[in-house]
Amino acid sequence: MQRSEIHLGLKAHLYHLSNLFLPLSVLVLLIVINLIKGADYFSFTMVKGVFYGNIPNILYGASELVILSIGMTLVTAASRGQDIGIGEAATITSAVFVWFALNAGEVTLLTIVAAFLLSCVVGLVIGVFNGTLVSIFRVQPMVATLILFIGGRSIAFMIDGKLSPILANDISNQIGTVIPGVPIQTPIILTVVFIAIVAVVLKTTNLRLYIESVGINPDAARLNGINPKKIIFLTFLIMGICTAVAGFIAVNKAGRHDSVNLLKFIMMDAILAVAIGGNKLSGGKFSITGSIIGAYTIEMLNRTLLRLEIETETIKAFKAVFIIILMVVGSPVVRVFAGKVINRVRTGRFRSVLKRSAPKSTKEE
Amino acid sequence: MESLNATKPKTRLSNSNLLFLIAAVIFVLMYLLAIISFPGSFMQFQTFFDLFNLNAPLIIMTLGLCVVMIVGGIDISIGAQCGLVTMACAMLLESKMGSIWGALLLALGIGIAFGLLHGYLIAYLEIQPFIITLAGLFLAQGLLTTLHKDPINVTMPAFVALRDFKITIPWLGTQNRLGVFIPCQIKPGVIVVVVLVVLFAALMKWSRFGRNVYAVGGNIQSARMLGINVKRTIFFSYVICGLTAGIAGFVFIMTTGAGNIGNGALFEIKAIASNVIGGILLNGGVGNLLGAPIGTLTLLVINELIRAAGVQSNFQAMVSGLLLYLFIVLQSLVMSLRGGGEFRIALPPWLRLPWLKGKRL
Repeated sequence: MQRSEIHLGLKAHLYHLSNLFLPLSVLVLLIVINLIKGADYFSFTMVKGVFYGNIPNILYGASELVILSIGMTLVTAASRGQDIGIGEAATITSAVFVWFALNAGEVTLLTIVAAFLLSCVVGLVIGVFNGTLVSIFRVQPMVATLILFIGGRSIAFMIDGKLSPILANDISNQIGTVIPGVPIQTPIILTVVFIAIVAVVLKTTNLRLYIESVGINPDAARLNGINPKKIIFLTFLIMGICTAVAGFIAVNKAGRHDSVNLLKFIMMDAILAVAIGGNKLSGGKFSITGSIIGAYTIEMLNRTLLRLEIETETIKAFKAVFIIILMVVGSPVVRVFAGKVINRVRTGRFRSVLKRSAPKSTKEE
Repeated sequence: MESLNATKPKTRLSNSNLLFLIAAVIFVLMYLLAIISFPGSFMQFQTFFDLFNLNAPLIIMTLGLCVVMIVGGIDISIGAQCGLVTMACAMLLESKMGSIWGALLLALGIGIAFGLLHGYLIAYLEIQPFIITLAGLFLAQGLLTTLHKDPINVTMPAFVALRDFKITIPWLGTQNRLGVFIPCQIKPGVIVVVVLVVLFAALMKWSRFGRNVYAVGGNIQSARMLGINVKRTIFFSYVICGLTAGIAGFVFIMTTGAGNIGNGALFEIKAIASNVIGGILLNGGVGNLLGAPIGTLTLLVINELIRAAGVQSNFQAMVSGLLLYLFIVLQSLVMSLRGGGEFRIALPPWLRLPWLKGKRL
């Protein structure tokens, strides 16, 4: 009895520890690999008053992924499933953005803001669509969002009217790259602002508690006066806003709206970011910080593989091996075993670990 | 004895069979609709057989995925595995030591290797299936592009003979405009599909493994209490899924005769969609294996219908998304009508249908 309590305590302790331990250790590992490759990894240069370099490039490249993985974390935590149509949703919202910006006549800051707000509304509509299916009709999230995954790009194509309209104006160029006089690229600033808003919302409201309790046990949450349907619906609405922001950044970065390839297969990376961040894909407790670090880790991994001059054909295989190793190291079985070993070593009873661990690991499934 | 039978209460349909029944009815309705709207093409038996001829790999893949979905997991790497198998087989067949049996063994080997990897990591190390099979997807795609980037057309004579081999059904067929009788033809892949469907249905219905799969998918805790080896069941379900992906890859190259990077791309999404239409839930524990081929056929008939109706190719995806939406909502409605006897979908009161209250379906 006592032993199992100790074991549980250890598990909980490890859980808190490993929440950020895994993504951070991966980040450190990647930095070490990069430093071995070339010691000038952290160096950055000033070009026309703007910072460029490896780290700013990673922050710049991962901005959409970070925003989408924040939304994915919330959806995963509340509904115990993943939204696989985020890339397509972002394509639709950005198509609306481009359509409005190009049809509003002269492009001013006001029209850009209006177009962005309109695309946010479209994102909310998409959120309502998915959220209704998941919360009211009780469809699994992955299936519900499959609809948009299949049909989304052709809706965006229909909104575009012609193949890839081009956003050639100063304001979107500035949003996509840099505003004169500001030393940091604009997508990085937008990402930081978005993260700050999410952090403030989560700090000042009960949203985190509600989402976690719904994710851990919807029935228990309902008995405690939380409406699980509303919470799940709300997470999908937040996801809609996230897709709108991500689509906005992506289309301004690219300068043209390519409804076929914009943010293609980004849901894989977003789900991966959630998992690397130490979150369970089966809902419950979540860590936004972990997901953000996970997203930057993925971008860093991609760029590291490019930096190591691995051929483009084999990059995916290397990425897969890396993910597998990462998940094996972070898996509950290995983690508990490692925790036991560390504990025994600390108390000086190392020899008994080797005897006991084998039958024990099969018993405690 | 007869009186005993008469007093036996009527058992309600299980959820699995109900969902399967819905899928089957919808398939029949869909096909009837197709026949009514396009009698020229859909009345012919050849059209029906062509559904199998051209899409045998997809149907085979859905069978394996079905087992994994019933056990409560998911495998999104099957399409990429299929593509890898076609490319590897094409390269083997084009090399000097190529033989058809060797290619078959290679295909099965690749499939089983992926299955073992996924199964071990998911069942014994308890890693989330989505992430591991996502890594499998990346791995298979990376290996595929590493092997060869350009399409390979297999020119080995024995293989070309196998590719062009067709089984003619002499008593079924249609007469063309000149009055010449054209018998129906099926490809060997169709035989593989039929054999596998029968095998898998028997496996899931009558074998101990099949019943264990349902138990584990339904409730992992109670399955463990019943003394079922949960980990082994999950492990073998992934191995089976990998095996079917390997077979599907071989059937794919047997049908098209070429290895290509784009082979099998997005098949995993199609397979998941068809399984959902066939009434196999992603939660696990629910689903009839025959729903997998039925769901695939429904999806294919929808696609054929859209194509026959002359919908612009860009909007085909939209229409199939819409139809999928209708399916999902219908399934959800039926399931909630059954659960608890009351219409329990959380609609606002003014939207609730009064005549549905308290009724059991």
